[in-house]
Amino acid sequence: MEVINITTPLTTDMARQLQAGQLLLISGTIYTARDAAHKRLMGMLDRGEESPFPLKNQIVYYAGPTPPAPGAVVGSIGPTSGYRMDAFAPRLYKLGVTASMGKGGRSLEVVASLKQYGAVYLAAIGGLGALLSKHVTAVEMVAFEDLGTEAVRKLTVEKFPAIVAIDSKGVSVYERNSV
Amino acid sequence: MRTVPTSDIRDVIAEIAVKACMEVDVSVTDSFAKALKTETSELGSYVLNQLIDNYDIAKRERIPICQDTGMVTVFCSVGQDVHLSGDPVEDMINEGIRIGYEKGYLRKSVVRDPIDRVNTGDNTPAVIHYRIVPGDKVTVTVVPKGAGCENMSKLTILKPTQELSDVKSFVKKSVFEAGANACPPFFIGVGIGGNFEKVAILAKEAVTLPFTERSEIPYVAKLEDELLAEINELNLGPQGFGGKTTALGLRVLVYPTHIASLPVAVNISCHAVRHEKAVI
Ligand code: SF4
Repeated sequence: MEVINITTPLTTDMARQLQAGQLLLISGTIYTARDAAHKRLMGMLDRGEESPFPLKNQIVYYAGPTPPAPGAVVGSIGPTSGYRMDAFAPRLYKLGVTASMGKGGRSLEVVASLKQYGAVYLAAIGGLGALLSKHVTAVEMVAFEDLGTEAVRKLTVEKFPAIVAIDSKGVSVYERNSV
Repeated sequence: MRTVPTSDIRDVIAEIAVKACMEVDVSVTDSFAKALKTETSELGSYVLNQLIDNYDIAKRERIPICQDTGMVTVFCSVGQDVHLSGDPVEDMINEGIRIGYEKGYLRKSVVRDPIDRVNTGDNTPAVIHYRIVPGDKVTVTVVPKGAGCENMSKLTILKPTQELSDVKSFVKKSVFEAGANACPPFFIGVGIGGNFEKVAILAKEAVTLPFTERSEIPYVAKLEDELLAEINELNLGPQGFGGKTTALGLRVLVYPTHIASLPVAVNISCHAVRHEKAVI
């Protein structure tokens, strides 16, 4: 298994070099956004408003953490299923997001947009929330605080592990599965 | 007649809800250790090792195993010689959830209405299944099950003339389609028989059975073994990255049914199979 260390921002050039099956260790900044945050963000974009967090060269992490215990930076923070954001992802890739990170497969439309914009889909390991919290060194509330766990948070991460699940050529780690 | 104050039920629920979210049964970690010996996929083995570390960190540092600490199902069996005293039992069960989720720093994942979707802020209400049973005890099983795998669960009603092989095909197809979304390796509960709602409850209950044991009904025990083996040939593997470890446990519960029906339900649990039982 090939291990690649990357530091954000993740440029399109960097994203294009990533290959399905590689293990990434991500350091830098990533933004959490899941169902409700996506829905609200789409409404804002529809009305011509600015995104409340940067999109260009950013990694969007589909995650909603547990509340931090006293003294902890963050609670348990693993990925949620990516397919539920399929309808929204192509628009974010178009606006410059270079990676989304979740778990599970994506629609053909999402794969097509990865190819079109030179972006990737990363899989964090589902149900790894306690361990992943150890790779988050700071958390900042960025938008939609009223959504609770579904708010947009800026995470500072260090060697946060994720697999390149679908690369910018459309190659997928899930494809080799067959009945 | 034995009197059980419903406040006792509240306190027990508060305690076991938190425990369930931080600790899996030792049989789960044992099954991981065993799976590691046979898993040949490199990515699959990496995932299994990471998950073993995660259980360890969660238990030691009291961090939830998974951030999705579920909408809680509670199975509550009340002995018919029990007199429940105090506030309504339903309120006290929910109060227990409220306390546990607050004190345990667990995620509040319940919305008050499926359409307006405003979070209730305390992870209540639970979905509660009561049963009146012989005896003077109250047994509660708390199942904080995440939505990733719950969303992938399936129910069908086959024709009564269909065969056991059709039941198997439905189960395997459901598991395959669940894929990586439900966070394999899985623990799978299958219900066969009853009617529309009964079969779903059977499948959910089957997830809470000890997965190292087998049914007392010979054909069901054989079915459990066969389905588990065949599912592990699907090559979904840990997290759907391919490999031999797709499911670590599978239990089946059956119930009488109508001459015209053959209901089948598949309730998939992710590797973070969380349930805690207490007898009061
Ligand atoms: S399916 Fe299970 S392990 Fe995966 S995210 Fe949901 S609760 Fe966690």
